[in-house]
Amino acid sequence: MNRRSLVSIGALVLGVAVLLSATIVAQVPAPLAKPKPAPAAKAPAPTGKPYTPPKTPDGQPDLQGFWTNSTYVPLERPQGVTKEIYTPAEAEAAIKAAADREAEQTEPGTTADVHYDFSQFGLDRSQSKFAASLRTSLIIDPPDGKMPPVNAQGQKRAAERAAARKQAGGQYDSVQNMPIGSRCIIMGGSGPPMMNAGYNANYQIVQSPGYVMILTEMIHDARIIPLDTRPQAAQGVRQWVGVSRGRWEGNTLVVETTNFNGKNAFRGASENLKVTERFTRTADDMIDYKFTVEDPATWDKAWTAEAPLAKTEGPIFEFACHETNYGIANILAGARAEEKTKAEQAKKGSN
Amino acid sequence: MRKPFLARVTVLASVTCVAAAVTLVTAQTPGYRAPRGPDGKPNLNGIWQAINSANYDIEAHSAAPSPVLDLGASGAVPAGLGVVEGGTLPYTPEALKKRNENRANRLKLDPEIKCYLPGVPRATYMPFPFQIIQSQKHVMVVHEYAGAVRTIYMADQTEAPADSWMGWSNGRWEGETLVVDTKGFNDLSWFDRSGNFHSDALHVVERFTARSADTLNYEVTVEDSKVFTRPWKMSMPLYRRVEPNAQILEFRCVEFVEDLLYGHLRKQPSQ
Repeated sequence: MNRRSLVSIGALVLGVAVLLSATIVAQVPAPLAKPKPAPAAKAPAPTGKPYTPPKTPDGQPDLQGFWTNSTYVPLERPQGVTKEIYTPAEAEAAIKAAADREAEQTEPGTTADVHYDFSQFGLDRSQSKFAASLRTSLIIDPPDGKMPPVNAQGQKRAAERAAARKQAGGQYDSVQNMPIGSRCIIMGGSGPPMMNAGYNANYQIVQSPGYVMILTEMIHDARIIPLDTRPQAAQGVRQWVGVSRGRWEGNTLVVETTNFNGKNAFRGASENLKVTERFTRTADDMIDYKFTVEDPATWDKAWTAEAPLAKTEGPIFEFACHETNYGIANILAGARAEEKTKAEQAKKGSN
Repeated sequence: MRKPFLARVTVLASVTCVAAAVTLVTAQTPGYRAPRGPDGKPNLNGIWQAINSANYDIEAHSAAPSPVLDLGASGAVPAGLGVVEGGTLPYTPEALKKRNENRANRLKLDPEIKCYLPGVPRATYMPFPFQIIQSQKHVMVVHEYAGAVRTIYMADQTEAPADSWMGWSNGRWEGETLVVDTKGFNDLSWFDRSGNFHSDALHVVERFTARSADTLNYEVTVEDSKVFTRPWKMSMPLYRRVEPNAQILEFRCVEFVEDLLYGHLRKQPSQ
């Protein structure tokens, strides 16, 4: 049943794979894989020489192509795990455990009320390429792999947001109370920061002189990053995805984003969140992607995660989400019908 | 001398004809050669926008009151000379009937009102800017309206894998001109707010040609044998947004139409 699946997907928007020298592009081990898996790209051969990325005709390091940040590595280090890097056997076991949990939702017959599942209307992680890693968490700083504690100001805001949600009523009372992704406004993958969306975690990067464009498959979100030294937009311009400004530092694309509207608060951040992303192509089939999150109104310390992009195959097809969002109307209509039935039963009971 | 003749016709037409008879008013400035990009192709990169009233009606039309009383003059329709070559769309009789029904029920039916993807060519002349991001393999067209995106495949070209709102575009260079051939449309988008429509047999060929440093000539040939009796053309200039800080901003309009689309399903306080 879709409502359940969407809730689950929200929970799965955890994170992205990690880049280390140990990073490989991989797929679920054969017994887990669904039919027709995409061929896995080979890990870069260790040559000892630093990788020099190709250049675009105008001389930018070339990040162009189709990429995925699908991963089984969680944003935060799991409870009970104390090491930063798994052994290959441990990493395989962690992937298998996560893939099994996913399969439980999507394998026919394993969850009674699933009619259409991800593996039918999208590709779940086991069906598509993902960037595997031996890391135990995407977060690399703090070194314990956990988000820093939310400070008093952040806790106060979280409490106010929770109170406002409660005031607004139940999740199915109105469309505005439903999750932003279900409403087709924005999905977790768009960022910034760019996070594994759970499925369809695919991106296309195109560069032209002075610009880098990142197209997110989910809801056809295109972020255009100007590379000139123009100042940030006025504070009055607030966007769901913020406003990005980029520059090249050697072979690394550095993108700073502020001017968020606060309506899709990343991990409880305020609208004054600043995200700094660093894209470095480290192999033909890999972009090292790190992001640092700064928001003194939520965390006393900045924190950083590493979530690499692995090369995948295109093309990306149009993701027209809102245009056929029957789910929203059906869920709301179902909730109203349920209320009506209950009201009628109550009436009967009192007669 | 084909071009000067056409240019003369154009001048004549604009002087002597009333709004109903429109010619191609944007014939390419003869001999203009666009600056080249680093790959040697004409450089069409930039943020562009149409300045006309084609999104209200691609055919010639007079000014008209707002369909929504409360919006008064701010919601009224500005007049337009039309962008369709020959002035009138060559509908089949049944299709014309449907267009007129669309027009009469526009507030219920126009996909723009629901924040749906605009289709092609409508996306180009909506009152929002769009950015061309030109690389060798892909030319991206990113529209401010609804974040609509087109990927124009300059390499690795294939047939449309399935129907979509924005179609499946393959491009090629013909001298100064970027020619974009788009098929694989669904039958849900419109050409304008006046109910002009197409079927899933729509085939659009667009020609983008620089006519000066800051203007493009945009010509479109539309074929749809289920709706029109013959192919037809439209054309218009596109203007560069020359502000130094110009950028495509967010017009994520889903949020703006949720009460319109789903408000009737909201829980009522009395229940």
